Amino acid sequence: MSDFFLTTVLTFDASVRICVPLIFASMAGLFAERSGVVDIGLEGKLLMSAFIAASAASVFGSPWLGLIAGMFASSVLAMIHGFASITYKGNQIVSGVAINILASGLTMILTLAWFKRGGITPTLQNDERFLSITLPGVDIIDHIPIIGVIYRELISGHNILVYLAFVIVPIVWWVVYRTRFGLRLRAVGENPKAVDTAGLSVEGLRYRALLVGGILCGIGGAYISTAYTAQFTKEMTAGAGFIALAALIFGKWHPYKVLAACFLFAFLQALSIRLQGVVFPVIGEIPVQLIDAAPYILTIILLAGFIGKAVPPKASAQPYIKEL
Amino acid sequence: MKNTKHSHFGGFIKKTGLAIIATTIALSASIAQADIKPAVVYDTAGKNDKSFNEAVFNGIMRFANDTGIAVTELEPTNEAMMEQSLKKFAQRGYSPVVAVGFTMANAVAAAAAEYPDTQFTIIDGVVDAPNVQNVVFKEQEGSFLVGIMAAMASSTGTVGFVGGMDIPLISRFECGYKQGVAHQDSSMTVLAQMTGSTPAAWGNPTKGGEITRSQVENGADVVYAAAGGTGMGVYQTAADMGVLAIGVDSNQNYIQPGTMLTSMYKKVGLAAYESFEAAMNGTWEAGFKVNGVAEDGVGAAMDEYNADLVSAEMLAAVETARAGIIDGSIVVHDYMSDNTCPL
Repeated sequence: MSDFFLTTVLTFDASVRICVPLIFASMAGLFAERSGVVDIGLEGKLLMSAFIAASAASVFGSPWLGLIAGMFASSVLAMIHGFASITYKGNQIVSGVAINILASGLTMILTLAWFKRGGITPTLQNDERFLSITLPGVDIIDHIPIIGVIYRELISGHNILVYLAFVIVPIVWWVVYRTRFGLRLRAVGENPKAVDTAGLSVEGLRYRALLVGGILCGIGGAYISTAYTAQFTKEMTAGAGFIALAALIFGKWHPYKVLAACFLFAFLQALSIRLQGVVFPVIGEIPVQLIDAAPYILTIILLAGFIGKAVPPKASAQPYIKEL
Repeated sequence: MKNTKHSHFGGFIKKTGLAIIATTIALSASIAQADIKPAVVYDTAGKNDKSFNEAVFNGIMRFANDTGIAVTELEPTNEAMMEQSLKKFAQRGYSPVVAVGFTMANAVAAAAAEYPDTQFTIIDGVVDAPNVQNVVFKEQEGSFLVGIMAAMASSTGTVGFVGGMDIPLISRFECGYKQGVAHQDSSMTVLAQMTGSTPAAWGNPTKGGEITRSQVENGADVVYAAAGGTGMGVYQTAADMGVLAIGVDSNQNYIQPGTMLTSMYKKVGLAAYESFEAAMNGTWEAGFKVNGVAEDGVGAAMDEYNADLVSAEMLAAVETARAGIIDGSIVVHDYMSDNTCPL
């Protein structure tokens, strides 16, 4: 029993680590899509910022400089996306896909140019990356059954970016639902014409939303290469940006629901690692592939209308063209 | 169109051949070496993967330095490019063309059929064609040796294995490792997991790290990775959690000095070197070249980075097992012979 309990806690612990980049990327996507810009390029921005963060952390010897550089790189990509799809009113999906391809190619070329290695950066030393933090009081609380284990394994022992991810969600909620910027953001995604009539700049709002998204994605990317692991490797984001996009839809563009979706998808991944090769009575061995595909399957089921309805912001994917 | 081009190049090769015969007669037999135009096509992991491809790269660089013959290289970025690049090299008269990795098998088969005069060498793959040399390794034997070391280094009685893509070749590593662990101590537990079932499983260090973590949480204190780039996450997590890791393909002991117990090396670089050398000396042959412990094609890497971790008893045990495999008293079961593992 206690063994089972510990395994469960450790699985949740793994889910926490896995869901961090999903949270940052999906919150980034939330800002973009709430403003009416579809962001397929989350994956590319994660990848690019993971690369730049690992490179900067290695060269300057500081994870914080890496983080800032990663946020900057991701924001630059977000602005390119905005330039193509807001200013020039290009197709947002095409522009997002272009961002992904650009990031994939650039990271390869730049690793060769800067480090003479194809697709990887130097391994970061411990002082060049975000390390786990042991929260105060672990030794004291450890003696309390159940709570002690949960505190030690699940709550304590993560790096700073993990805690930031869970703090950022209520902040995003507050910004989107309780500030003037949030109100305008939601309005511009639903009815840009009304916003325009009110004398506000649709383009300006969308650019700002993308910029916030770029910064958030940058933190997610930096987490992957400088906190979760200790170097950049080729295509290391492994589809996290797309799962974040699925979580965004699954969570119906609402911060808390999106957080829940991220955690669910991360939990499924953590579970798939632990269930591999385990034979269950009656059903036998569960194919890992099935669990890995679960986020996508669940999203498709949702989109098909079986569990509630996912309605995107009305003006999503439509460039705003002012009528003269 | 393609055929005309092809016969044109065939003529070119014949002409070169005649010129060489003439030179040979005019000079002496001791320099009966052909001017070869060797080429290498890596797999999509790229030549700087710190592992498999990099070993080949180092081998061909040595060849280029030793002979002064330039080797042309190509890193395909996707699967579709593999066949194209092999054919392109053959069309331009390159031979032998070395293809790195089992993922190239289909591409090599197609290119070899279209260019029967070109010598193709595929490392780690099997292509049955009259102009293809298959360089294969007895990974089960090398994995057996590192399994012995893992069992001796473990104090928890549990060791781990992280595979890359779930394919029979990786099961061969796993099975050899399990046999080595059991050979040393049959009461040991081996936790074995694969990263995924698509080629993306070779480059997912975060998942590799998570798998390692779950194995360590379940008691493993030595983890062997046969997972390409995913292994980097395994070694990092092992170092972070204070357990030992075992590298693969190249000598990877230097990657995390102090926590890398050893590496199961495959001398793929030497294989590429020898293939070029054979072509130069005119002794290149199609068919199989099998490299096991006896040929020193596979083994456990020892260097200054793991010297402190390897005890004299470990060295002795590995040496005894090596001798046993060579003289046949230890038979390591090959997973790929019947797709089952006795353990």
